[in-house]
Amino acid sequence: MRKILLTTALTLIAGAASAADKVVVVTSFPKDLTDPFKAAFEAANPAYELEVVSRNTNASVSYLQETRGANTTDLFWASAPDAFEVLKAEGLLAAVDVAAEGIPDSVGGYPINDPAGMYFGFAASGYGIMYNTRYVEANNLPIAKEWEDLMRPEYNGHVAMSSPSRSGTTHLTVETVLQGDGWDAGWAKWKWISGNMSTVTERSFGVPDAVNSGSTGFGIVIDFFGLASKASGFPVELVYPSLTAIVPANIGVIENAPNAEGAKAFVEYVLSPEGQQVLLNPAIMRLPVNPAAYETAPEGFPNPFTPEFAPGAIAFDVDLSGSRYTLVNALFDVMITYRMDDLRAAVAAVQQAEAAQEGKDNAEAKALIAEARALVEALPITEAEASDPSFAGVFQISRDKPDVEVVGRQAEVEQAWDAFAVANYAKAKELADQAAAMN
Amino acid sequence: MSDSFQPTRPSGRFTLFPRLSGVALTGLLIAIFLMAFLILPVMQVIYVAFLDARTGALTLQNFQDFFNTNLFRESFVNSFYVSAMSVVFATIIALPLAYITTRFTFAGAAVIQSLGFIPLIMPPFVGAVAMTLLFGRNGSLNLLLDQYFGFKIPFMEGLNGVIFVQSLHYFPFILINLSASLRNIDRSMEEAAQNLGSSGLRMFRRIVFPLAMPGYLAGAALVFIKVFDDLGTPLLLNVNNMLAPQAYLRITGVGINDPMGYVISFILVAFSVFALWVSLLFMRGKDYATVQKGGGGLAKRDLSQREKVLAWGVILFILALVLSPHFGLLLLAFGTIWSFSPLPDGFTLQHFGTVFTQSSQYIWNTIIYAGSAAVIDVILGTAIAYIVLRSGLIGRKWLDYMATAALAVPGVVLGIGYLRMFHGVELPFGLGQMSSFWGLIIVALAVRRLPYALRACMAALQQVALSLEEAAESLGATKSSTIRRIVVPLMTGGILAGFVTSFATAAVELSATIMLVGRSSDAPLAYGIYLFMQSPSGRGAGAALGILAVVIVALGTYLSQRIIEKDRNRRAAAPGTDH
Repeated sequence: MRKILLTTALTLIAGAASAADKVVVVTSFPKDLTDPFKAAFEAANPAYELEVVSRNTNASVSYLQETRGANTTDLFWASAPDAFEVLKAEGLLAAVDVAAEGIPDSVGGYPINDPAGMYFGFAASGYGIMYNTRYVEANNLPIAKEWEDLMRPEYNGHVAMSSPSRSGTTHLTVETVLQGDGWDAGWAKWKWISGNMSTVTERSFGVPDAVNSGSTGFGIVIDFFGLASKASGFPVELVYPSLTAIVPANIGVIENAPNAEGAKAFVEYVLSPEGQQVLLNPAIMRLPVNPAAYETAPEGFPNPFTPEFAPGAIAFDVDLSGSRYTLVNALFDVMITYRMDDLRAAVAAVQQAEAAQEGKDNAEAKALIAEARALVEALPITEAEASDPSFAGVFQISRDKPDVEVVGRQAEVEQAWDAFAVANYAKAKELADQAAAMN
Repeated sequence: MSDSFQPTRPSGRFTLFPRLSGVALTGLLIAIFLMAFLILPVMQVIYVAFLDARTGALTLQNFQDFFNTNLFRESFVNSFYVSAMSVVFATIIALPLAYITTRFTFAGAAVIQSLGFIPLIMPPFVGAVAMTLLFGRNGSLNLLLDQYFGFKIPFMEGLNGVIFVQSLHYFPFILINLSASLRNIDRSMEEAAQNLGSSGLRMFRRIVFPLAMPGYLAGAALVFIKVFDDLGTPLLLNVNNMLAPQAYLRITGVGINDPMGYVISFILVAFSVFALWVSLLFMRGKDYATVQKGGGGLAKRDLSQREKVLAWGVILFILALVLSPHFGLLLLAFGTIWSFSPLPDGFTLQHFGTVFTQSSQYIWNTIIYAGSAAVIDVILGTAIAYIVLRSGLIGRKWLDYMATAALAVPGVVLGIGYLRMFHGVELPFGLGQMSSFWGLIIVALAVRRLPYALRACMAALQQVALSLEEAAESLGATKSSTIRRIVVPLMTGGILAGFVTSFATAAVELSATIMLVGRSSDAPLAYGIYLFMQSPSGRGAGAALGILAVVIVALGTYLSQRIIEKDRNRRAAAPGTDH
């Protein structure tokens, strides 16, 4: 037995030791995206072999942090710019001078490349509402085209999204609405939409999965999930609300990369006209950052460089987003993800009260409903507080900067918010129930 | 095995180390192994719980915060409730299966016993997708119910959904351990009870079940701890208000430095060890060993026609429920598009084509990794069981506690711990970085699955009477040959059960391996499923890979059972000539 094991072990080792000029890329992208790029890159650059290591974004970031002492990775390749910001702040990315032509400075108001040259946008992504056509038909639902539509009572129990703390792309969607509508109105919108949710998924891919299988009707997703699902035959459609943000998916070279030359070659390939064409592969369906690539795109393929695409797209403020990144995640989780049942009960009660009072002229009931609405929408902190370093710092504890004075511990703050939200939701439900019972 | 460490005879001169018996040396080596690959890596991660997040000074403030937070207190209560209810439902499923198959001559008993292992092999992601497609709010069952009767049943919603999935998933722990125990009950006990006029349910309640208690408790404790610490199921059902998901969500978010995740991890580990200790308290002072072996086991009797129908009815109902996720997986693997309909739109072989052309290395890697891990587990499990139950080593109980604590360590914590401990360690012989060496995946799997093998080996050894060993020793057998020729053969059933559970669950583990896979050519099946399941077009292929995982484990189970049976027959045919 032992002999057999040993022999197997030795054979495996011998097999693994074959040498080539390897470029190691850690990525959160699926095989569907990496395989075509690997094939195309190796065909164009026979000297290199691309080795793909797949991990989700969070695991990739921890992996790169943990292995920095003896780095074996050349490239990091993922969607969420926030993950690159984390790596950049920790000095894990190298500044590289990359030659790329025909790529503009920004797409939909968002700068395509990192100003410091540490990571590069290679594909654009927008956010949209994805829906299952069979589900919509069976439940007789109108199609939601705007974020506001999802707040309406007829969508109660038909919506899903991921939590911003779990998915960098969802975080961008949440932040886009907060920036577009303002802090208070933005959060109110998210709360009313969340009150209609059937679930908050733990993985961002959980949302398209739920819509594809028909367990929920509408999902708030990054566009390529919807486009690729449709391309693989699922009965789904994607719409872009007019308030959206276009955000690039990125690639960056790791500091102290074992094969820096190869890494640079791959980045340049991805940004080249040939590399940009690969994105139009039906299983990938991401929006190229080179406007020229759209000339060969299929009919109806969204083009973010045209003026009619998402006219309400805002200029996304990266610095504002960065200053309150973890705070927004924590606030969303405390008020919405972890208190889903309480929020749903309050929202449903308000919706029922409004339906019961529809067309009636009961001032007292109207006042109660207004009060209930205000309680659901109430926030434990103001926008100014959220960007105040002494408060936001509670959520970005760093031993590197002990001089920033903060006002408490995260657990303490979250407990206060939690108590605030639970009490408000319960009170709102009570008031709405009273209003519903009135004649 | 433990007998391979013969005490060395110092030749009279001064030695630095005191003379160690073989057992003590084995114990020491196991302790070092567990220290290096479990305790230290986990400490590397978890000590954060005791640090002030800003200053880095030691503090207990974080624990105070934990108990001051409503959400965490509720999560604790929810986790406890779900675990306890899962044990109850798992018992309701496992008890009839175990009793019927061991107590009566029943066609298909072997099939049921093997099928009972299969739920443990629920590949990640695809299993949950399959369950949602069948039982979800718009799954096949609810769509049909809605169409014909106009109502739906929320099987998969909230805490009840977690209990439903967990009891279906983990009842085999009880089934395996309980069946092994029932088979080992001395027939003379039963005969004595019958002579004294006991029969039927009363005998089951007063004699049979109490005698099978070690196996039942071992299984129930495993189910409880496993459910308490499991994060996959709550996460996939999107239930956040439980402890394990709370820990996971707080440890793995991008750029989050919240110490509470580590506090919760620490509490999970501590509570699991506590639950285990309670189950040991129950067993204290009771002697469950039976002297007779070979002719043992309960008398099997035939069922009357009516009883047979009833038994088949119960068993088929349970099996239908238990195998439904795998049925869903089959539909998913062979189906084309399956969306908001009771069945897929059409059927195809294409997904298997994709898997066979792209993914054969995953299959071999899985067999090698899970197989080696399970071998390590039963060797360690047997050795630890022997040391804990039969030796007087100081601190022997701690071997058990240490190994069992692995149950409570979230895979992701172990993965990060390994990266922290072993990254940058260059291995000799050109094996490269230790943290990206595939051998480390085997070690991680072995450590994570050791508790399963250990529980099974402990239960098996508890039922071997000490007098048999004493008899062997008084006939002049050495300690090592007693272990080799008496103890281990008598424990075979339990060791096999341990091997199968370790192998089966290691074959589908993902949370630690995802941190440790250095190259995709070293990746196991579960990782391949993860890769496929990241894209809409990969759902069918991921399910096909999941089916392959199930087939591999089922084959492994079947083969190991065959080997044991052959061995048993050989022993029975030629007693005393075994080599």
